[in-house]
Amino acid sequence: MTDMSADTKQNTITPNTIFIDGQEIPFSAGQTIMDAALAAGVYIPHLCHRPGLTPHGSCKLCTVDIRNRDVSSHDSDRRVQTKFSVDTDSRSVSACTTPVVAGQQISNNTPALNEVRKTITQMLFVEGNHLCPSCEKSGDCTLQAVGYHLGMLDGHFPQFFPRRAVDASHPAVMLDRDRCILCELCVRASREIDGKNVFAIAGRGTTAHLIVNSPSGKLADSGLETGDMAAHICPVGAILIREHGYEVPIGRRTFDLHQVGEIGLKEIILTKTRHTDE
Amino acid sequence: MTWGTILRNDSITSPNSANSTGLLRSFIAGACVESPHLLHVLYALQLQYLHISDQAAREVAAHLGVPLSQVEAVIGFYSFLHKNPRGRFDILFSNCTSCGYTAGGTDLLTMLARRLGVVAGSTRADGLVSIGETSCIGMCDHGAALLVNGRPVVRLDAAMIERIAALVEAGTPLADWPAGWFQVDDNIRVSGLLLSDDVAAGDGLRAMLACGASDTLNEIIQSGLRGRGGAGFSTGMKWQFCREARGAAHYVVCNADEGEPGTFKDRILLHSHADAVFEGMTVCASVIGAERGFLYLRGEYRYLLPQLKSVLAHRRELGLLGSNILGQPGFDFDIGIVVGAGAYICGEESALIESLEGKRGVPRNRPPFPVTHGYLGQPTVVNNVETFVAAAHIAQRGSAWFRAAGTEKSAGSKILSVSGDCARPGIYEFPFGVSIQQVLDDCGASDVQAVQIGGPSGTLIDQERFNRKLGFEDLPTGGSFMVFGQGRDLLAIIVNFAHFFAHESCGFCTPCRVGTTLLRNGLDKIARGHGTRYDLDEMWRLAALVKRRSHCGLGQTAANPVLDGLQRFPQVFESRLIHREFEPHFNLDAALEDAREISQRDDAAAHLNQA
Repeated sequence: MTDMSADTKQNTITPNTIFIDGQEIPFSAGQTIMDAALAAGVYIPHLCHRPGLTPHGSCKLCTVDIRNRDVSSHDSDRRVQTKFSVDTDSRSVSACTTPVVAGQQISNNTPALNEVRKTITQMLFVEGNHLCPSCEKSGDCTLQAVGYHLGMLDGHFPQFFPRRAVDASHPAVMLDRDRCILCELCVRASREIDGKNVFAIAGRGTTAHLIVNSPSGKLADSGLETGDMAAHICPVGAILIREHGYEVPIGRRTFDLHQVGEIGLKEIILTKTRHTDE
Repeated sequence: MTWGTILRNDSITSPNSANSTGLLRSFIAGACVESPHLLHVLYALQLQYLHISDQAAREVAAHLGVPLSQVEAVIGFYSFLHKNPRGRFDILFSNCTSCGYTAGGTDLLTMLARRLGVVAGSTRADGLVSIGETSCIGMCDHGAALLVNGRPVVRLDAAMIERIAALVEAGTPLADWPAGWFQVDDNIRVSGLLLSDDVAAGDGLRAMLACGASDTLNEIIQSGLRGRGGAGFSTGMKWQFCREARGAAHYVVCNADEGEPGTFKDRILLHSHADAVFEGMTVCASVIGAERGFLYLRGEYRYLLPQLKSVLAHRRELGLLGSNILGQPGFDFDIGIVVGAGAYICGEESALIESLEGKRGVPRNRPPFPVTHGYLGQPTVVNNVETFVAAAHIAQRGSAWFRAAGTEKSAGSKILSVSGDCARPGIYEFPFGVSIQQVLDDCGASDVQAVQIGGPSGTLIDQERFNRKLGFEDLPTGGSFMVFGQGRDLLAIIVNFAHFFAHESCGFCTPCRVGTTLLRNGLDKIARGHGTRYDLDEMWRLAALVKRRSHCGLGQTAANPVLDGLQRFPQVFESRLIHREFEPHFNLDAALEDAREISQRDDAAAHLNQA
């Protein structure tokens, strides 16, 4: 235990900055690591995060390592230390849910972390049915873009080939669960922005799946409208506005023209046109 | 709801008629009067109608005023709730390595399924019986065990399976089954600090009132008591943080979701020392200023519910719960029991709180921690059953008494659940610092190949390390102590654990949801004799990622058996490898299994020879 005077001294001289890959980044009170990074134009790969919605921390793509300030030599940590090559000098956290603390030393864009993120992306690909060449979202899909960004060349793991229901009941919105990555952006957007609570996750483990909060469980019976954020926020092709799939040709789509790591891309993704019926 | 209604009435008419809608509504209303907790209402429906229909889900949502999606999400999350009808005899075999259906050497599940003509995992066409498997039901000191309509039947053997089959076919109500089959014993083999002496109801509270809540908290801190669930956070500090946290209300929660395979010590504490558990909770309530507490009981221990409720009622009569406890003005506290429905993840404290709130048991992001933002967002203490028992003893006897046992960093004793290949499985209470070898000697285990400390999420220990000591300095444990003799196939055990975690992963984060399934599949491939060096390397890489990148304790420990196995018992993997560069995951012959099932053929010509 350090004595109080040393603690106080440290607090007064430490400015409100953190270090990501050695780069000093300012932050303001209440921010997460992701908030501070995005504000400073530093990209931390992510799929389930969107500024303005409650951080979720489920996709784990934004996993970063925080160097332990004083490497603990506490005996109770031995269990961690005896396990193989686990790096005990740092701890792994989700950038989108972890509050910043002045002076944090964070690893982000390192070969090791990007390899971890590539593996996690491959996991997301193999657990669903992602057939990019025939998907309307191709080129606008964040999962696909992250795959390219991380240099992912294949799914690596054996495919799960799950059977998942398609919901084509809604006249203007299509729900194709084959492509759902359980990021819950639609769940949160509907609840927090649209004030509707149209979506939820049911089930457990690999049987977890997106459900619709309506008497029949069908989208047509829900209050979802094309003006809702929840109808547009899907980072993959699970929730699509019908009849607009190919308005922007392949080659001119978001990630044909931009890198996924460019900050502030959400506006481009969200400015999809309305359904023809409106 | 009583156990008497075991063979439920078949008079339930077609679900579409107006009459049945009325019956359904009044049933739900009645269940809500008994307890409006979503899990309780759904379980009541499951018991009555053997499943929860779409219509029932809608009616529950309407009656409780919760979104239908929440009701559906919960039904899909918990293993004991079903959308499709289960049999009037719903039989679930434990698949634990200690109390599982192969524990005695024979596959009792397959035997019963064959005998009754049931496809494992499903319900017989006439609706009489369904047979499936479930994660450890905490009967590891009783041999192979199953749950029939939620009640444990223990000490199974082939002869009993025959008799069970006959009773089921005859439709004999459980009340007329041999009572001895349901007899669950305490099996206390070694008593120590906590088990050798009980806290008489009210004694801990009187001692606390005599010295004041503040001094009692100091005693708890001084005692060095650390959480008995395995993580080992200082109990006193947890209480102090909660006491200092501001909120509209404070809550005390007892984690009795004892789901770690091989653990059953809470079963004994709840059965024979329930007063001490509630006493500890009440002491905590006084310290943190809570008026409401919950005991979250795992669904597998539902059979303990009537007795626990009567202990609570008795304590209310004695003035140990309710308003002005022991005549102390303003000391108001009461305890409710919430029963889980089959989800290991709910042992994680924030998942438990979610479940308490009637939701899927998905662990929350931390910070904030439950001590400041717990149940309903209010400051909450969540402690293990054994922790509350220890706290009650400390309140009565003081910190010095507790510190006298154990080691410097692990004060007091630990209650171990010993099971597996030993002469005397049961409950052993030792001071912390006891060596593995000492426990093995006392439980009559010889010719031991390995010991699993702390359950599948803990540590697999080989012979050379039997001198290691139980305690937070060396081997922390929630109390599971599984002994594996030389005759055991360790790979089969590691495969069993991998299946357990894949089944219990909540599905929230990618590394655990997908990773535990990939580990399971990879280990299956190796165990079937199709693994190569490449597959072993993949297991290493995957296990390290799942361990480090998962969201909560489940994922962070799910790979432990694989990593321990690869490090300490490499030969059990390597002896199964085929020495080729590459072997595909896809197995042509296995892919024909569906076709063989449909055509009911299993002769040589129905197989492809892949060798």
